Amino acid sequence: MAEIVLDNVTKRYPDGALAVDKFNLDIADGEFVILVGPSGCGKSTTLNMIAGLEDISEGELRIGGQVVNNKSPKDRDIAMVFQSYALYPHMTVRENMGFALKLAKTPQNVINEKVEEAARILDLTQHLDRRPANLSGGQRQRVAMGRAIVRDPSAFLMDEPLSNLDAKLRVQTRTEVSRLQRRLGTTMVYVTHDQTEAMTLGDRVAVMRSGLLQQVASPQELYDRPANLFVAGFIGSPSMNFLGGTLEEGSLRTGLGDIPLGGRLQQELGRSGQGRQMIVGIRPEDFEDASLVPSETRHNGITFQGGVDVVESLGSEKYVYFTQELGTVDAAELTELARESGRADSGTGETVVARFDPASRVSVGDNAEIWVDVRRVHVFDPETGKNLSLGDSGSPASPAGPAGGDAPAQADAGAAGQDTGSAAAPPR
Amino acid sequence: MAAVTTGRQKFGWGTANLVVIALALIPVLWLVSLSFKTPAAVLDPSFIPASWTWGNYTQILSTTQFIRPLINSIGIGLISTFIAVVLASMAAYAVARLRFPGKSLLIGMALLIAMFPAISLVTPLFSIERALGLFNTWPGLIIPYIAFGLPLGIYTLSAFFREIPWELEKAAKVDGATPFQAFVKVIAPLAAPGMVTTAILVFLFCWNEFLFAISFTSTLASRTAPASLAYFSGASQFTVPTGPIAAAAVVITIPIIIFVVFFQRRIVAGLTSGAVKG
Repeated sequence: MAEIVLDNVTKRYPDGALAVDKFNLDIADGEFVILVGPSGCGKSTTLNMIAGLEDISEGELRIGGQVVNNKSPKDRDIAMVFQSYALYPHMTVRENMGFALKLAKTPQNVINEKVEEAARILDLTQHLDRRPANLSGGQRQRVAMGRAIVRDPSAFLMDEPLSNLDAKLRVQTRTEVSRLQRRLGTTMVYVTHDQTEAMTLGDRVAVMRSGLLQQVASPQELYDRPANLFVAGFIGSPSMNFLGGTLEEGSLRTGLGDIPLGGRLQQELGRSGQGRQMIVGIRPEDFEDASLVPSETRHNGITFQGGVDVVESLGSEKYVYFTQELGTVDAAELTELARESGRADSGTGETVVARFDPASRVSVGDNAEIWVDVRRVHVFDPETGKNLSLGDSGSPASPAGPAGGDAPAQADAGAAGQDTGSAAAPPR
Repeated sequence: MAAVTTGRQKFGWGTANLVVIALALIPVLWLVSLSFKTPAAVLDPSFIPASWTWGNYTQILSTTQFIRPLINSIGIGLISTFIAVVLASMAAYAVARLRFPGKSLLIGMALLIAMFPAISLVTPLFSIERALGLFNTWPGLIIPYIAFGLPLGIYTLSAFFREIPWELEKAAKVDGATPFQAFVKVIAPLAAPGMVTTAILVFLFCWNEFLFAISFTSTLASRTAPASLAYFSGASQFTVPTGPIAAAAVVITIPIIIFVVFFQRRIVAGLTSGAVKG
């Protein structure tokens, strides 16, 4: 059991490439923290630095209060689960799980006891004498977890442990990992590129992009109050819609219509002058089929006409894609997000995804009337990517603007990840 | 090769293969035939001996002229192979895993040694061995054999090491292993097939080597089997010991045949490793 503190941890490769830049994160004892980001963002490097498999170029890493920068992995009392599981193919499951204890010269009867207990927890008892090659993917994954558990380490590190499982097993194992962590109460740092995994597992999620920590917060906080464009686009599936907007006389002129600005946001934006370009972000669920919006909430939003392109009915909800003449959105963060999701060519943001109630009757080809909840619209600065709409307590751009109950924690828009120091990314 | 499907093509390839195999095998079979002929029938041109005899075999296997070189060959071969594989596995591990200054130079040097014409080294090595008192001793052959076996071993083994996932080593380190423990307990057992393959290749090289064997030995104390063939004597100084030479040649070929038959896959894997991957 131990807390892990990363204090300005930096990784610079000999060729000068900066993999991780001044990473600050306090992981409390027993906390489950997720590092998430697109490939190449430095999350695995960070994990390897915690494990001691990569040197730390600058900064300080403390585990349980001790500086461990120069300690070898074996002296850090951490266990790691690898993406490929890295089971020793020439050893049985029992030997795999007991390897660390054997190296530590634990008496054989203690090893057996611990291995068998871990096998019981993970439902591996009948496989103890088989070799990894004869196990299924899910079983191998559990052996890898077992190898970590047996040691009773002060922290678990997991490097995309579920990415080699098929979709169904992944969801199942995800809940198992979460249950296991709660049961053991051990600090866990978990790396993934999958935002769903990040959202469902972590106590806190740290979003990274090109070596920089973007924001650290609880999953809900990340979703509701993303510190910048990147976090907003990365978290959530389907992802947030981005459209261009121009600031004009107390409202934002967008391809969907004029969005009135709420009190605080108006103050914030008013200073920056008229005619300024903004990026507007709207989550799919903040749209609705206008005919289904009760008249008493209708005034919270605006309506517009949109040509329906595709309708995906999932039973519990409907995803409606419609095209709209939207202002061009251009920001480095968005380009990277688009590249990550393999749609680099659709950078102009002409398609908007909306989540409708399943009762909606819209069909392909319709010119539907669509309602947007403007209280929940996010506004981003196109240059810095910073979210400008975090000022007034969770209901950005609210025309009515009653302050929410949890206002104090959210007072400062720029420091959503205050305890970490580097929440919002400076432009690079 | 996917085009080779019709009967005619199969027949054509089959014939070509048979011709090649025949060209390679006829001299070997001739040797076997010679080894079973009586001394009087040696000049008889018939392929199948008129009368079969084990005489040549009993003759060579009953004299120290051949038994002693056979022991030398086995001893020198095994020792050279063992040392070369141990050193090569460490070097190959470094080549495959570590980044260190002069790495490409090291690989280049190893390749250079492997390519160097052995004949050009015979004279200087001869002088060195004489000066150091290594001439006509086991170490006098073992040392150059290791030197020539190492590049072969490093190349083969580094290809095998490269195929072992790096994460296994990381896992071992996190599990509390020192780098040496990680190598001995995790990496080396996994590279065992590669080591066996390398050992076979190095041993075959040592077993077949003739030039150094004939140059650096002068007596039965260290002469190896291939070199000993040249020193067989006939019944009188006017008879050529064709039969015993043929019998000895067959005897020293047998281990090679056994190796190739049993380890064919391994040897091919070793020779082609690195061709596709690494």
